[in-house]
Order: sequence, then structure tokens, then C-alpha cells
Amino acid sequence: MKPAAFDYQRVETADEAIAALAECGEDGRILAGGQSLMAILNMRLAQPKRLIDISRSKAMATVDVNESMRIGAAATQASVEWRPDLAREVPLLALAFPHVSHFQIRNRGTVVGSIAHADPAAELPLCLLALEGSVQLRNAKRRRDVRADDFFTGMLSTARGHDEFVESATFPTARPETGYAFDEFSMRHGDFAVCAVAVVADAQRLRIAVGGVADRPVARDYDAALNASALDDALNEFAWSLGARDEPQASATMRRRLVRTLGRRTVEQALSRRSPS
Amino acid sequence: MTVLDRDVSHPITLVLNGEPRSASAPTRLLLSDFLRHTLGATGTHVGCEHGVCGACTVRIDGVAQRACMTLAVQVDGRAVDTVEGLANADGTLGDLQAAFRRHHAQQCAFCTPGILNSCADWLARVDDPSEAEVREMLSGHLCRCTGYTPIVAAILDVVSARKSTEVTDHA
Repeated sequence: MKPAAFDYQRVETADEAIAALAECGEDGRILAGGQSLMAILNMRLAQPKRLIDISRSKAMATVDVNESMRIGAAATQASVEWRPDLAREVPLLALAFPHVSHFQIRNRGTVVGSIAHADPAAELPLCLLALEGSVQLRNAKRRRDVRADDFFTGMLSTARGHDEFVESATFPTARPETGYAFDEFSMRHGDFAVCAVAVVADAQRLRIAVGGVADRPVARDYDAALNASALDDALNEFAWSLGARDEPQASATMRRRLVRTLGRRTVEQALSRRSPS
Repeated sequence: MTVLDRDVSHPITLVLNGEPRSASAPTRLLLSDFLRHTLGATGTHVGCEHGVCGACTVRIDGVAQRACMTLAVQVDGRAVDTVEGLANADGTLGDLQAAFRRHHAQQCAFCTPGILNSCADWLARVDDPSEAEVREMLSGHLCRCTGYTPIVAAILDVVSARKSTEVTDHA
């Protein structure tokens, strides 16, 4: 499996990437870590005319932390995962990374690339949605901030325009007295999730996000005071609302059951982690 | 930067296992094919060509990654290390290779070069991994012969050998 021919351009800055996108329109694709795109090219599921490679840019590989963690387009998953304080900075990401493919893939794959690719079963878009993060888009004319809720629009589809470059993704950092939990079921370790659940729980609100079931990650907010049977009802209703389909690796019934059981387990974990600080 | 045209070959200079090498490649040539067919370094094996099997794992600037999901033009000016570079300078097997041999950690050995490259990077970062952590790192490699047991044993053997050498060095 070899990719079809393309022109190749290496860029160092976001301005260069944006100029290149403006030139190519729909025929240009940003190559970041390439851990999804290269597989797609090798299988010829896409045949872009030009690859715009941002992977060697130091300027775009930055990770800045204050009240949120802003991750640049070229920052690898490993560069975030191996941060010594990640579990305190963005606990949900620290919990999710071990589920993101494999060590060898995270060495190259980028956080922003996974979000821009928007696979409905991918962990990082799910985390961004659960944490109510955002992405920063830019073209030659304007810069805009899009909430995760509005960014994921369907299977491998986002609100990004063809001339827009996803400059960064912003994950809110840990809030006090908030519990975070992440779990998923996949056929083998590192495979795409059949069902993945991310939960953020504080004193008032329980936010449950589910990936791998609908055509995009989906989040719902509940009252944190929900009792056990109300939680079961809520998860059951959530499971049925996602339009699960029968697929070779998992039936719709199995996926709904996973939303209920994995959902419940992950919620309990998040609730138990709400330590008063 | 200039746009490299799809219809011509482009010069690429890299350091392969410590040796400077130059060759040319069209933009769409994968690093795995560049290593094997252009540079003649056939130790890197090619399995699935979409990043799943791990056979083609090499180190680029020291970091373990898939050669089949890398373009040859992307390694221009960089250091690439493959299984050919893992032996000691005198040609004897490196400690990882020797441990794999000792534990019979390969049968058909198709997956071995990739696993060795992953280990070379990973063990430099993780001092004292548990068996579970070793298995998680190995989840990025498919081995259809061994059932992984001897591979895990070989890696843990290297970990403890390197630890005891460290202690001796400091004593």
C-alpha cells in the first residue's frame, strides 16, 4: 500500500501553513504526526495534491499552561503525556493517554491532529468535549475560537473551513473538588474504542461524555445529586439516544450495554475522586 | 519553504546508524521502502503499512516510530537508527539482542527488529518498568509466534542487568 503522488511542503510557522492552505484549498492537507493521515494515504482513501508538513516546527509544538493547557498544532501526544505534572495539570488527559493507541504512535501523533481528524472513537476529542475545551482556528483573515461542543459535527467532520488551520487546542486545567475518570472498552489494548467514557464530577454537576457510539463524541450534563436508580435511568436514556449501529466488531446492543455499565463504573470513579481541597 | 514536486526525486541526507548517507527519493516514497530498497538496509521489516503491526518501527532522532507512516523526505537532515545499528561496535550482539537470543524471544523474527527499536527508546526513558508496563509498550507490536512470554522475559532481563551494572558503576 503506497500513497498516490503529492507535492510536499515543509512549513515552520502557522502563517506559512495558512498561506499554503489558502493556495491549495481543498486539495491541501496538513501533515502533523501523520498517524492517521499516513495510513489513510497509504490506503488511498485520500489523495491530496499537496501535503503541508508542520511536524518539524518548534514554534507550533509549544504547550502553555496557566488556567488552561494550550497545545500547539505540532505538539506530539508524547510531549504532553510525559510531562511530569500532567496528572495534576489535566488529570483527564493523564488518565486517557494510556488508551490512545500505542507508545510508538503517541511518539509521533499530535494532540491537535487527533482532534482535527475527529474520529468518533478517538480519546482526545472525547477529553476535549468532556472538559469543555476549545480549538483555535485561523485563516488569512480571521482567528476564531470554537468550543468542542460546536467543533465536532459528525463522522470525521468538524466546523473547520477548508482554508482554516487548527492552530491549537485548549484544555481547561484541573478544578478544585472535581473528580475525573476515563475508561474504555476496546477489542485489544490500543485499538479504537468500542465505547469510551469520560466523566467530570464536581459538587453540583456530573458531566458524562461518550465516544465510539455515535458519529461524534457526545456529552450530557446531570445534577450531581442524582441517586443510583436515576443514574441508571439517565445512562439508559443516554445510551438509546446515541443511535448505536450494528458493526462487525460490536452490535448496537453491546454498545448500549457498555454505555450503561462502563458509564456507571466511570461515574462512580469520578464521584469518589472529588476530594475537598 | 519550497514545494517539492511530486514528479521528481529530491536529495535526502541523513545519518543512518551513525553513518552519513545521501540518496534521492520522490515525495511519496515511504521511509520503510527508502531504507530497504534505496539504502539497502533490509533489517527494517514491512508488515501492514498502516502503522498497526509495528514491524517497521525505527528510531528517528532517537524516538521510536513507524517507518511506514513516515515519508523519506521527512528524514532529511535527521538521524535514523535501525536494527542494523544495535550491535556493539565490535560486531557482537548488543545487550537487548543478546537477551532476545538467550530467551528465544524470536521464532520467525519478522517482528523482532521493530520490537528491539521500541525497547531501545523506551528503556532509555523508563528505568524500572513493571511487567504490565512492558506488555503495554509491546501492545504496539504484533508477534504471531511467541505469545510474547519470552519477549517480556528478555526485556525484564535487560532491565535488571542494566540496573545491576548501574549499581556497580556507582560503587
